Amino acid sequence: MSAVVTGLRPRLVGLSGYAVAALALFVLAPLVLTDFRLRLLAQFLCLAMVAVGIGLAWGRGGMLTLGQGVFFGLGAYIMAIHLQLSDAGPGGRPSFMVTGSGLPWWWELFRHPVAAVVGIVAVPALVAFVLGYAVFRRKVKGAYFAILSQALASAFALLLISQQGTIGGSNGLSNFQQFFGFVLNDPVNRRMIFFICAGVLLGMVAVVHQLMRSRYGELLTAVRDGEERVRFLGYDPALVKVFAYVVAAVFAGVGGALFVPVVGIISPSNVGVVPSIGFVIGVAVGGRATLLGPVLGSLAVSYAGSTLSAEFESVWIYLQGLLFILVVSFLPGGVVSLVSDRWRRRTDKGSDDTGDEPGGAGGSTGGEAGGDPPPASAAAEVPLVDDPTGQVQPGGVR
Amino acid sequence: MRQDYLEIRDLRVTFDGFVAVDGVDLTVLQGDLRFLIGPNGAGKTTLVDAVTGLTPATGSAQFDGVELLGKKVHQVARAGVGRTFQTASVFEELSVLVNLDIAAGALRNPFSLLRARRGVPASVEAALETIGLSHLRDRRAGELAHGQKQWLEIGMLLVQDAKVLLLDEPVAGMSADEREQTGELLRTVARDHVVVVVEHDMEVLRAYADSVTVLAAGKVLAQGSYADVQADPRVQEAYLGPAHDPADEVV
Repeated sequence: MSAVVTGLRPRLVGLSGYAVAALALFVLAPLVLTDFRLRLLAQFLCLAMVAVGIGLAWGRGGMLTLGQGVFFGLGAYIMAIHLQLSDAGPGGRPSFMVTGSGLPWWWELFRHPVAAVVGIVAVPALVAFVLGYAVFRRKVKGAYFAILSQALASAFALLLISQQGTIGGSNGLSNFQQFFGFVLNDPVNRRMIFFICAGVLLGMVAVVHQLMRSRYGELLTAVRDGEERVRFLGYDPALVKVFAYVVAAVFAGVGGALFVPVVGIISPSNVGVVPSIGFVIGVAVGGRATLLGPVLGSLAVSYAGSTLSAEFESVWIYLQGLLFILVVSFLPGGVVSLVSDRWRRRTDKGSDDTGDEPGGAGGSTGGEAGGDPPPASAAAEVPLVDDPTGQVQPGGVR
Repeated sequence: MRQDYLEIRDLRVTFDGFVAVDGVDLTVLQGDLRFLIGPNGAGKTTLVDAVTGLTPATGSAQFDGVELLGKKVHQVARAGVGRTFQTASVFEELSVLVNLDIAAGALRNPFSLLRARRGVPASVEAALETIGLSHLRDRRAGELAHGQKQWLEIGMLLVQDAKVLLLDEPVAGMSADEREQTGELLRTVARDHVVVVVEHDMEVLRAYADSVTVLAAGKVLAQGSYADVQADPRVQEAYLGPAHDPADEVV
């Protein structure tokens, strides 16, 4: 009985939270924020899209993706290439390329708007699938996966910097005039882009919400906590993980693509190691295994960053690092877990009648008893990375 | 009714020159609750590892006409061979029901996975009944008592639709009550499954084994009923000890 009640209430809370967020973004924000602020918020929303994906892959799937800058960059550069081409007009070429002999063939791929949109989704997805499947099939996980993905971000940034002639090298691509036919300088069009960002972000949260409550979400949690055990049930865990990784990559790619018209520039400094870690910090602060934690955390960190770095530029990066360490050490479930823990403690009092089994289990005790919905309960005890030696592992594996 | 069986022929596992399993032949029929015993290092768990795709091996292990050796772990599982581990490994964050639901789902259409669970599959309901955890279905698996976790693991094998169950020390660390319940559960399950139990516990062995295979230094030393094996002088020497004292086998 109590399980039904506790299962229902978070759903209502989730739905009403969703409505509040939609109201805030679509009604409140345009009313109270100046154009400049609205643009800043749109930028934060783009970064939050990356965070939503990381929440799924890391919080639920245990894959600490320290290299989302790669997918963010892929989406962003495809968008930037398309915008440059459409600014230049048919047969034209972007102004920074004056010395080159001709457009690289892969620029032409994204000249058509539909091709660009497809590419923004498909290229990160394809790269993530190939990369992810190769890595997960070899059972690379935990810290090794994190380091690998970070190295990838670093390599990707270096590659971009080396391509001065074709994608602007370390200057990146900038100076966009139009966004699919709409002049970017027009405040009305800027507002439209903000609405697109808000809608896309809400859509992503809805997708992750559905994934988390689906059978796939349960399976993903199972893979996170006992990959070998899942294998012995007849699943291929690599496929389970790669799906979450691909979703996260697509979200990052779309976030990157929308980042370009909002901010007006994309350069290697937006996609390298530092921004890749930045994405993760917001997710950790908010609460990686929860639905809204990554979004709220990411928005909060972005806001704090833009406010503080204006005044204490050099201090912010240390502060960010300190925040990350503090959260991981003392609040592994993130800030959102503070709220959900309190919620749980309250609902537990109601459901304790089922929790009187004698000789209780070896592991956990009172604090998290009862029929919790997985979203809340998963947060607190998940290790930072799924340590390949210390994880819940079948004893027979030697 | 068709009778399933597991047939192992000349199974050999070598680790860097050390022969852990040395030409084992083993045939286990459905309905014959088989216990696999032997001193530490006899190769019992290694044999189970080899059959389930965890350790490379030579020879043959067939079930239902399908060669299991050389298959990957998840392919062996899909071929109908399931196993448990010495330390119960259930998904602690998930409820008992979800643990079983996941175990039942390896052959589900990937797209159906994107929908939320609605209702309880019949196989899961039946397994909950069999393992006696119906009343704890919404409990997080991590909160179960040790014995209950082992039962949940056995239940996961049942819904996984495994025809061959390889159980590695299922009663280790259990109380007397729990051991008895586990024994009864094994007896029930063995009626329509091929069950091989790796076990040290002589009480359970005596009470529930239909037949016993004794492994020592990677070879089959003896095979037969509990009484046969107990009377075999080679077994007494290698394993049971001269006085047949259950305490002796805890090396």
